[in-house]
Amino acid sequence: MTTTSPVEKAGGATATYVDERVGSNKFLSRNLGKVFPDHWSFMLGEIALYSFIVVLLTGVFLTLWFKPSMAEVVYDGSYVPLKGVMMSEAYDSALNISFDVRGGLLLRQMHHWSALIFIAAMAVHMFRVFFTGAFRKPREFNWLIGVGLTTFGLLAGFSGYSLPDDLLSGTGLQIARGIVQAVPVVGTWAAFLLFDGEFPGTEFISRLYGVHILLIPGLILALVTIHLMLVWTQKHTQFPGPGRTNDNVVGYPLLPVYMAKAGGFFFIVFGIIALVGGLVTINPIWIFGPYMPDQVSAGSQPDWYIGFLDGALRVMPNWETIIPGVGWTISWNIFIPALVVPGIIFTVLGLYPFIEAWVTGDKREHNLLDRPRNAPTRTAFGMMAITFYVLLWVGGANDIIAVAFDLSINSIIWFLRFALIIVPPIVFVVTRRTCLSLQRRDREKLLHGYESGRILRLPHGEFIEVHQPLSEKDLAVITAKHDYVPLPAPDKADADGVRNKKYRAQMLRHRLSEFFYGVNVPKPSAAEIEAGQHHAAHDAELEAPLHEYEDDDQIRTFHGGVLHHPGMPETNAEQLEQEHRS
Amino acid sequence: MKFLAARRRSPIVASALLVGALAVVGGGYAALGSVQPAEAALAVGSQTQVEKGEQLYLEGCSSCHGLKGEGTASGPTLVGVGAASVSFQVSTGRMPLAAPGAQAPAKAENPYSEDDIAAMAAFVATLGPGPAIPTAEQLDYASADEAYGGELFRINCAQCHQAAGQGGALTQGKYAPSLMDATPQVIYEAMLTGPQNMPVFSDAQLPTEDKQAITAYIMGLQEASSMGGLNLGRFGPVTEGVFLATAIFAALIAAAVWIGIKSR
Repeated sequence: MTTTSPVEKAGGATATYVDERVGSNKFLSRNLGKVFPDHWSFMLGEIALYSFIVVLLTGVFLTLWFKPSMAEVVYDGSYVPLKGVMMSEAYDSALNISFDVRGGLLLRQMHHWSALIFIAAMAVHMFRVFFTGAFRKPREFNWLIGVGLTTFGLLAGFSGYSLPDDLLSGTGLQIARGIVQAVPVVGTWAAFLLFDGEFPGTEFISRLYGVHILLIPGLILALVTIHLMLVWTQKHTQFPGPGRTNDNVVGYPLLPVYMAKAGGFFFIVFGIIALVGGLVTINPIWIFGPYMPDQVSAGSQPDWYIGFLDGALRVMPNWETIIPGVGWTISWNIFIPALVVPGIIFTVLGLYPFIEAWVTGDKREHNLLDRPRNAPTRTAFGMMAITFYVLLWVGGANDIIAVAFDLSINSIIWFLRFALIIVPPIVFVVTRRTCLSLQRRDREKLLHGYESGRILRLPHGEFIEVHQPLSEKDLAVITAKHDYVPLPAPDKADADGVRNKKYRAQMLRHRLSEFFYGVNVPKPSAAEIEAGQHHAAHDAELEAPLHEYEDDDQIRTFHGGVLHHPGMPETNAEQLEQEHRS
Repeated sequence: MKFLAARRRSPIVASALLVGALAVVGGGYAALGSVQPAEAALAVGSQTQVEKGEQLYLEGCSSCHGLKGEGTASGPTLVGVGAASVSFQVSTGRMPLAAPGAQAPAKAENPYSEDDIAAMAAFVATLGPGPAIPTAEQLDYASADEAYGGELFRINCAQCHQAAGQGGALTQGKYAPSLMDATPQVIYEAMLTGPQNMPVFSDAQLPTEDKQAITAYIMGLQEASSMGGLNLGRFGPVTEGVFLATAIFAALIAAAVWIGIKSR
C-alpha cells in the first residue's frame, strides 16, 4: 500500500511547492472534505449560478459588437426587409450581431435564454428556501441577499431587454418612464434626469449600457460571492432523516463527489442553454423593427419576470386625482400598480424571516428544514402570494390570452380585478387545510403505522386493513416535526397592578402567534408512537402467513386477501370435507 | 360523299355528333372562360350580372341589410360600401354572418362561388358609389419596396395586427385577425374598405404604391423562414415565458433530480 505512482509523486511535489509558498494545504484539507447534503431541490440555486456564468460569458461576446448609441444610421446589412430603414446605431449593431456576425445570433439567443433561466432559477430556489423554512435563524441575512440578487436580476434583465432599441425595447422604456413620472412630487424631474430630457432623447441607451454591463453584474457578482461564503460557513441545511440532527450535516464530501456532481451539472445547464439558444427563437428584434416613439405593436409584452408589473398596470382601474388649486396630477392608475404593489411585494419578501421570527418568538437555530406541511400557515401564505403573482402574470398576458382563447379582454380584466382579491385567500385556506390533513395523516402513521392497502379477513370473519410499521427513514422524517406553542396572552397589569405598557403590541403578537401555530396537529408522545408502531408490527405479523401463501406457486381457488393458516381449508369443498371428517 | 351518305343513318352517328358538339361547346367555353376574370372586372355592372347579384342579395343578405341595402337594426346599410367591401366580406367567409357576436369571424367555408361574389359585388356597387374591386395591376406587388412597406406597416398596422402580423386583441372580444393567411387581394380590399373595426386607408392616405409596399411586407412575413429556430408562434415574450416554464425547466429539473438521486 505504500507504493506511490509517479503521478502521485508529481502531484505531491506540486502541492508541497505551492503549500510552501501560499500555505494552501491547511486550507484545502479543511475545505475539500466539507460535506454537503443531497437533494435535488438543493440544486436549483446552482442552476441560477451556472446560467449567470453563461450570461456573463455570452454577454462579453456581445459587447464586442454592440454599439450603445442612439445616433441615426441607415441599415445596410443583410436583412432585406429592413434595408434602407433609418434606425439607431444600437439597433443596427444588434441586427448586425444577429445576421452578420458569425455565431452572433446563437450567442444573442443564448444570452437572452440564460438570462430568463437565471431569474427563473432564482425564483424557484427562493420558493424552495421559503417553503422549507431555510431562511430561519441563522440564515436571515442570506435570505436578504437572495432578495437583493433577485431584484438586481430583474434590473439586469430589464436593462438588457431595453438595449437593442427595437420596438419592444422602446415600448418597455416608455412604460418605465411613465412609472418614474408617477412618483409623487419628484417624478417629472426624475424622468428628465434619467433620460436627459424628453423621451426618448439621445442619451438613455448609453447610460443604460453602463448599468447593464458593469454596475448590475458587478453587484450581482459581489452578492453571489457573499451568498456562497455564507452557505459555506453556515453549512447547508438538510431535510430530516435518519441520523440527521440540527447539529450535523449528512452527505458527501466536496471532493470528489460534489466537485463531480456540480461540475457535471454546470455542463448540463450550459448544454441545455446552448441547445435552446440554437433551436428556439427568442426576441426576434428584426421582426419588431426599430423603435419610433409614434409606433407600438399589439401584444407588446415584457419578459416573464416583469410580467407581473405589466399585469398590475393593465388590471388597475383608471383612477387619477387632480389636486385642485395647484393642478398637480396623482396617477393612482400607475402609482399603485407599478410602485406600491411591487414595493409591498419586495418589502414583505425581504422582511419575512424577521416577521415570522417576531410572530412565533422562535429564537432557535435551524439547520434541519421544515417539511412544508409542518408550517401550514407559512406554506399557505406562500401559496397565497404565488397565486397573487400568477394572477398578475395572467393580467400581463391578457391580450395574448384574449386572442388565443377567443375571449374578451375586458372580461379578463374584470375577472382579474375580483380574482386578485378573492382567489388568494381561498388558496390560503385550501393550502392550510391540506397541510393540516397531511399532518393528521402523519399522526395516523405514527399511531397506527401506514396503511398497506391490504384487507384481511380473519378466521372468525372480521375484516381488518393491515397496517405496517414505518421504515426507519419515514419514522425519522415524520418525528422530526417540532410542536411549537403559541406565545401566551399578555397580562394587562403585573402582580403589583402596574399597567403593562406594551400590552397592545404583545396582544397583537399573541394573536398572530395563535394564528400561526394554533391550528397545528400535535405530534403523539414517544410512548404513543412506540405503541402504535408495535401494534402495526403485530398487524403485519398477522399478515405474514398470507405472504407465505403468495409465495406458493400453486393455483388456489380462494386467495384474494383471505387469511389462511397452514392446514386451513382453501375451498368450500375442502372445508366440507374437513367438517365431515371431524 | 358516298361514304358519309351510306352511314348517315347509322345508330352511332347520333351519339358521335352529340359527343362532337359537346366537345366543341365545352372546349370553347373552357377556353373563353379562362380569360373571363379580367373581363369580369371590366364587366361589373352588366345587366345580367347585376340581376343575378340582386337575386343572391335578396336571398342571402337582405334579411339584415334590408331589401334595398338600406340597412336594418341588425345590419348596416350597404349604400356606398362598394364592390370591394362585398368581395372582402363574402370571399373571406365573414358574410353571411353565422351568428351575431363581437365581430364577424373569417370562415374557411364559403357558400358562394367567385361568380356569385362578383355578381353580388356588382349589385351592391349599383346602390351607391364605393371602392371597386382592385385590379390585377393594383394587386401586383412584385416591384414594391418591402422595407418601406415595413415602415408603413409598423406605423399603420402593427398596433392592432402585431408587429409580426399575428393579430391582436381589441376591446369587448373584438380583435384584429392574424394576417398569416391573407391574400394580396384580401389585404388590399381590407385597406380600401376598413372592414369591422379597421379604419379605412383610402388612396388619399395610402396611395396604391404604399398599399403594394405593405402587401409586399406582409407577404414577406408570411414567407419568412424563422432565422432563430422554432418561432414559438411569434407571439413575443409570453410564449417565450411559457416555453421557459415548461420545456426548459422540465429539462433542468429533470437533470437536477437525476443528479440528486442517491447513488446506490
